[in-house]
Amino acid sequence: MTTSPTDVAASTLVSVRGLRFSHGPRVIYDGVDLDIPRGRITAIMGPSGTGKTTLLRLIGGQWKPSAGTVTFDGINVHSQSRSQLFEMRMRMGMLFQNGALLTDLTVFDNVAFPLREHTKLPESMIRDLVLMKLNAVGLRGARDLYPEELSGGMSRRVALARAISLDPQLVMYDEPFTGQDPISMGVLMRLVRTLNDALGLTSIIVSHDVVEVLSICDQAYVISGGKVLGHGAAHEVRASQSEWVQQFLKGEPDGPVPFHYKAVPYAQDLLGAAK
Amino acid sequence: MIGILGNYLQGIGRALFFLFTIIAAIPSALVRPRLMAQQIYSVGVLSLVIIVLSGSFVGMVLALQFYRTLQVFGAGESLGVAIALSVVREFGPVVTALLFAGRAGSALAAEIGLMKATDQLSGMEMMAVDPIKRVVAPRFLAGLISMPLLAFIFTVMAIGVAGGHAIGVSLLGVDAGSYWAGIREVLHGDDIRDAFIKSITFGAACSWIAVYQGYHAAPTSAGVARATTDTVVISSLAILALDFILTAFMF
Ligand SMILES: Nc1ncnc2c1ncn2[C@@H]1O[C@H](COP(=O)(O)OP(=O)(O)OP(=O)(O)O)[C@@H](O)[C@H]1O
Ligand SMILES: [Mg+2]
Repeated sequence: MTTSPTDVAASTLVSVRGLRFSHGPRVIYDGVDLDIPRGRITAIMGPSGTGKTTLLRLIGGQWKPSAGTVTFDGINVHSQSRSQLFEMRMRMGMLFQNGALLTDLTVFDNVAFPLREHTKLPESMIRDLVLMKLNAVGLRGARDLYPEELSGGMSRRVALARAISLDPQLVMYDEPFTGQDPISMGVLMRLVRTLNDALGLTSIIVSHDVVEVLSICDQAYVISGGKVLGHGAAHEVRASQSEWVQQFLKGEPDGPVPFHYKAVPYAQDLLGAAK
Repeated sequence: MIGILGNYLQGIGRALFFLFTIIAAIPSALVRPRLMAQQIYSVGVLSLVIIVLSGSFVGMVLALQFYRTLQVFGAGESLGVAIALSVVREFGPVVTALLFAGRAGSALAAEIGLMKATDQLSGMEMMAVDPIKRVVAPRFLAGLISMPLLAFIFTVMAIGVAGGHAIGVSLLGVDAGSYWAGIREVLHGDDIRDAFIKSITFGAACSWIAVYQGYHAAPTSAGVARATTDTVVISSLAILALDFILTAFMF
């Protein structure tokens, strides 16, 4: 978990430069630079609705930025043809915020899905691999259940098992810890760390669980309002001078971060309704 | 006005482009027989009951209606021919397609729309699996294959012992021999070929509309509901309009 200076200087797997992106008139990113170093765990934190999920989709090439570049392993993600992009995605695993499990397949088949689609492995080997991944997330016993029979936290663990089933180079976890009890949370955190170190993966974790994520990540970015507000190793982010970052980390209601989505003053709204 | 027309043309363009993408993906669906079998089961086999029942009822009604008219001209014995021609050339393909749009088309649109709304399609894309190849093309193809088969079953039911034959021969007393002999004499290969062309055209139209609506649905419950309704409405209109065009050419 310690980061030596040489490691920090290690090559970057994903690099984002001058990223701009809008949803219609709403600007989500307004010139963002990020570097995801190889073999490290990078946390992305920020208030709900800032565009963390959007960032992961941009890295995965699902959406196109209006300006700026995203490179994965030295290749510009957004200048790839569809088949090149698909090739690239086989080296990425993504855990969707809501799991995104295929509802007509069992837990086992969901985890086996990428293996069956992309490899010609014999069924017996697929079975071994799937059970191994399911065992890692503690759901080997749930293999015959359908997604609708799982709780939210269980779905997310299955999705995690699926995201790593092809042993990708990069794993993007969108809120992996939401809805986990303290025990499975601890297990999952250790799992993310072990996978990263044992398999030499690179991980991006998007999460609101500030304390927990800072305890396992190598470096963190805090983003809000389309900008990077804080960046550095976990202890640097914790010690950040930025009032904004401090408010976010401590979860204080008062400070530079607005809790409310952009709106006219409350009193004016109420008066407007009374008219 | 120009804006509406522009939107309309743009919509058609997008739908056509989507159709070409699907057609390009068909070979990869064909090499997955298990996937195809599943889809033909859920699109075709599950529509069987409604097709069989409707076929029988339509045949029975036609027998009653035609018999009255034919009787006026003393041609009651031609009942078989009258039923067979109208069912093979018209009712079989059209009614089957309308029922198909309501039963299978709406289900297809809802299923794909929900998969989109729950991120299952983006999930597949991120797993480097093309949803057009894995989800859309097999369903489109299953619709295309099922429609002529269902129309055939509908036709057999309407003419046969559970439909027209039941009423005409057992109830109205038409001679069974002349019922079948008339059909054999008048019904040609051309009629069957035309019926096949009609139903495969309807099958393509219905499946195309359904998968397009589902795939382009807004990812919300209202969006999925809308896609389902639109599928049935647009398919029904398309079937009737296409039927007119095809009939005019085949007449
Ligand atoms: N498909 C879409 N169309 C329009 N706007 C969208 C769409 N998806 C997201 N947004 C907007 O983009 C912003 C960023 O969304 P995103 O899902 O990336 O947030 P997030 O940081 O992941 O939030 P959370 O922590 O709550 O998951 C949101 O404010 C949302 O309103
Ligand atoms: Mg999110």
